[in-house]
Amino acid sequence: MPTMNMIQALNSALDVMLTEDPNTLIFGEDVGYFGGVFRVTDGLQKKHGLTRCFDAPISEGGIVATAIGMGAFGLRPIPEIQFADYILPAFDQLVSEAARLRYRSNGEFWAPITVRSPYGGGIFGGQTHSQSPEAIFAHITGLKTVIPSNPYDAKGLLIASIEDDDPVIFLEPKRLYNGPFDGRHEQALKTWAGDPMAEVPAGRYTVPLGKAAIVREGTEATVLAYGTMVHVALAGIEDSGVDAELIDLRSIVPLDVDAIVASVKKTGRCVILHEASRFGGFGGELSALVQERCFYHLKSAVQRVAGWDTPYPHAFEWDYFPGPARLAAALKRTMED
Amino acid sequence: MGHYPSSTSVEIMQNRPSLRLHIPEPVARPGDAPAFDRSLIPEPGDTRRPETTSAEADMRDLPFGLVRVLDDSGEASGPWNPKLPTETLLAGLRAMLLTRAFDERLFRAHRQGKTSFYMKSTGEEAIGAAQSLFLDRDDMCFPTYRVLSWLMARNYPLIDLCNQIFSNEKDPLKGRQLPILYSARDYGFYSLSGNVGSRFGHAVGWAMASAFKGGQSIALAYIGEGTTAEGDFHEALTFASVYRAPVILCVTNNQWAISSFSGIAGADETTFAAKALAYGLPGLRVDGNDFLAVWAATEWAAERARMNLGATLIELYTYRASGHSTSDDPTKYRPADEAEAWPLGDPVERLKTHMIGLGLWDEDRHAALQAELDAEVRAAVKEAEAVGTLGKSKPSVKEMFEGVFKDPDWRVVEQRRELGI
Repeated sequence: MPTMNMIQALNSALDVMLTEDPNTLIFGEDVGYFGGVFRVTDGLQKKHGLTRCFDAPISEGGIVATAIGMGAFGLRPIPEIQFADYILPAFDQLVSEAARLRYRSNGEFWAPITVRSPYGGGIFGGQTHSQSPEAIFAHITGLKTVIPSNPYDAKGLLIASIEDDDPVIFLEPKRLYNGPFDGRHEQALKTWAGDPMAEVPAGRYTVPLGKAAIVREGTEATVLAYGTMVHVALAGIEDSGVDAELIDLRSIVPLDVDAIVASVKKTGRCVILHEASRFGGFGGELSALVQERCFYHLKSAVQRVAGWDTPYPHAFEWDYFPGPARLAAALKRTMED
Repeated sequence: MGHYPSSTSVEIMQNRPSLRLHIPEPVARPGDAPAFDRSLIPEPGDTRRPETTSAEADMRDLPFGLVRVLDDSGEASGPWNPKLPTETLLAGLRAMLLTRAFDERLFRAHRQGKTSFYMKSTGEEAIGAAQSLFLDRDDMCFPTYRVLSWLMARNYPLIDLCNQIFSNEKDPLKGRQLPILYSARDYGFYSLSGNVGSRFGHAVGWAMASAFKGGQSIALAYIGEGTTAEGDFHEALTFASVYRAPVILCVTNNQWAISSFSGIAGADETTFAAKALAYGLPGLRVDGNDFLAVWAATEWAAERARMNLGATLIELYTYRASGHSTSDDPTKYRPADEAEAWPLGDPVERLKTHMIGLGLWDEDRHAALQAELDAEVRAAVKEAEAVGTLGKSKPSVKEMFEGVFKDPDWRVVEQRRELGI
């Protein structure tokens, strides 16, 4: 089986869909001839032709509006927003149009679009190339939000997203593009080579939306994470000495609430880890769901480990980034309660 | 000493006028005599009709002309005269009269508490009627809330409109959408939304998709002149221009965006059709109250689109004769008799006069048609009232939870159970 990094896996997913479904097309800033600033669409224009993968004006609102119109026609557009930090000009299109079209037209029109966008920090990208906006999309009724943590899932989830008949925000943790990253930033860079999750079939397969993965089984606490934080969580669990179960949510809408509840009922403790700022973050929703559904099983308060409530600061990248040490401390705290 | 002003520059600064902030104001406010002094209105025949294959660079005068066919006496003349057959004129008149009859009755239904909201398209009926009759059934229009005549021209069932407006059990949109924000895919009418402007770019995407598939159908979109200030307008024009999308982009300039006159959207500085110039698109300025002119301009733009010559921007110069909606009182911000003073008249009266002049029509037949259409509307309203008006009847509450996604996720399943239905 071929070994792929996340960029190659995503490229493979797009290649498969362009080959198998003549109604798919890709457009976005710099995605055509050049192949995207992160190379995710590399070679696709050459292989599939100009109309299947082409450059768009610097106009996120225009890109998403155009994609919705194409989707209403019957295509499955896969627009790219170059950085999730730049998605906000398209917010009205996503919230007022993509998410509402099926509902308000009683199913006459819908927008089967998959908006891919690199997100998250750990690359010294400063305020405008590092943010994690997943919670604001999760809050919008009618949008799905998917976040892979490894090459195998990235390909399978992307194909599932493209084939889905509802609009999907597909957030790609850019710190994981070239290798896993556990938050130990002082260590040498790792590649995906040798990682079992980098063994990616060349052909079509899907990883269903709304099915979490148990990355590590454990008995004493449950850690909920997604994207880059799955790897940070593994390191933090190791450092803590706590026998924690780690759940990779893979998509936050739809959310695999059954997997969360089953695990927390088993362990009695829950720590939530995400890179986005804590206040109003998706951890708040997870925490509420856990206490609503597992209250009598909980042995301690649900803990959240997250980015601080500041903009993403350039020089303070590793002070902001919720690394393994902060998770380990939270796990120890939850065991003391 | 570079940062100290020299004596010369101090002198220059002393001679400069103080800066003034300009806030545009309309010519006339309540109590004033209506005036349209700033309106640029050439006579029929003054604005040339270039070949549809002309290069955009050779047509840059058009945004400052006005495509007209009917003159003030109702006679058709000039190069844009589409010379329509009698049945088309009659179909247009019927759609416009039906729109007006429906608007009158449903506006009253709101005053009687039968619906929460209504918006009339009085004075703008020629636009949707002509474009709907002209375009193919497979073409798609991306409407604003003031083109009811599009649906009327295609004989959309009046009962479905009434049921939607009353949000009753038989509402085709299942009680999920504000009255009059229709969706009618089979009638080439895209889903409406209360956010003005956000579907303008969808039309471009739809048209690009049609071209991508090598199809035949084109798109037509509407936006109000006030909404041209939104980024959606610029984005749509950029994409339409870059990808030469087969789309007709229409600005219905009805002079008023709620209480803001068109100058607040830039009308004092240039025409809305002239916005096309910066995008390298042809821009037509068209008498929107002239059924024949709207038809002719649409035909011209559609021909270009179908020949892969790309998009056209059409400014439909018209006047919003009624208030913005049932929540508006236009006498608070414009002269009460402004509509009667509109220099381009009433679109219904103008087409009627034209048809009478041709010997195709007369006052008696006109009155009979009006009575017939009013009876049709009354019958539909009555039938819908029997189902129920707002609050007296509604679709099953289950419908509230349907259609969020194609397949419901656990949240709506659980919440429906929580509500006990």
